[in-house]
Amino acid sequence: MTGPNLRQDQRMDQIMAVLLRSGVLVAASLVFIGGVIYLSRHDLPAINYRVFQGEPQELRTVGGILHEAAKFHGRGLIQLGLLVLIATPVARVLFSVFAFIYEKDWTYVAITMIVLALLCYSLFGGGGL
Amino acid sequence: MNTLEFTLLVGLGSLLAGFLGSLTGLGGGVVIVPMLTLLFHVDIRYAIGAALVSVIATSSGAAAAYVKEGYSNVRVGMFLEIATTVGALVGAAVALHLHVSVIAIIFGLALIYSAFSSLREKSEHRSDVAPDRIATWLRMDSSYPTEKGMTQYHVRGVPLGFGLMFGAGVLSGLLGIGSGVVKVLAMDQAMKLPFKVSTTTSNFMLGVTAAASAGIYLGRGYIDPGIAMPVMLGVLGGSLIGARILAGAKVRSLRLVFAVVIGFLAVEMIYNGFAGKM
Repeated sequence: MTGPNLRQDQRMDQIMAVLLRSGVLVAASLVFIGGVIYLSRHDLPAINYRVFQGEPQELRTVGGILHEAAKFHGRGLIQLGLLVLIATPVARVLFSVFAFIYEKDWTYVAITMIVLALLCYSLFGGGGL
Repeated sequence: MNTLEFTLLVGLGSLLAGFLGSLTGLGGGVVIVPMLTLLFHVDIRYAIGAALVSVIATSSGAAAAYVKEGYSNVRVGMFLEIATTVGALVGAAVALHLHVSVIAIIFGLALIYSAFSSLREKSEHRSDVAPDRIATWLRMDSSYPTEKGMTQYHVRGVPLGFGLMFGAGVLSGLLGIGSGVVKVLAMDQAMKLPFKVSTTTSNFMLGVTAAASAGIYLGRGYIDPGIAMPVMLGVLGGSLIGARILAGAKVRSLRLVFAVVIGFLAVEMIYNGFAGKM
């Protein structure tokens, strides 16, 4: 690999690090705030998690979670935080697509687009898999 | 036990798991599933959902630190992520059709392997291997910082590494773990990457692989906010504390203790799987 290309890679890494750290920070804050609201409204005996029931529809889909979180429901906000967390690596892959376009490295633009497509499939259509 | 007590206890256990996982390099995710199922009697599907979320959190947090050091190989990582994400989708699809007891047994076996490999001595292999045709075409050869300055290395065994990565992805989707051990095996052994590069690149990939499975688990309703909240915050906090004190810590004996604990949990999970108690 040539010198300028390596420097370019390193600058790409720096931006990526900031992106990852912010994603985790926003996600953890949302989960924490949601957790406080959730606990302040739950002085009931613990839910029995031994029996698997699955989450209700509104806590499974991107649209449903956004709707619940907008109402400031504790569980909805936690779920939104988790969604941000799942989206963080996806954003990193998306960023890599642009970085490789900037470098005119078309092989890796294609490779990264494939990874991105697989991730989007899992997030938006994978529930029925 | 009320909801507050449950949340605090799970959070505390996850904090400890994240702390030990970060110190020993095994990751906190591996003990989350046994802890939730054996100690808190949580259904394994909820446990896997929560563990996946914690894997993404620690991997993204640690990757942020690693990429700055310039160790990870972005091209190798991105190419292999095709294999791991396809594997993760397959694993998550297979998990739907397997009985929870079978998943528990496979989990136990994966735990035993992780415990063993964490104790094996790692030796740096020769970095002067010849260039490889596929790796050259994919422009994977790179360099990394050592005491002697930037050192060039060549990448080999791309097809074998790709195949192993598919397996790592399947395990991740099936069990909700990062499969970092298999990833390092593929890059270190099969592709002959320098050890530091394979470890950091593997960590950088964990988040993407886990995100592929997590999307499916979320859509299926396996990710419960009441469980995932204390697990995510606990593991993340624990791993951050662990990373802080890692520099001066004596890790060898700790790693042995952690491996024994994991081995014990593995046997219990396998036993419960066969006894149909999951």
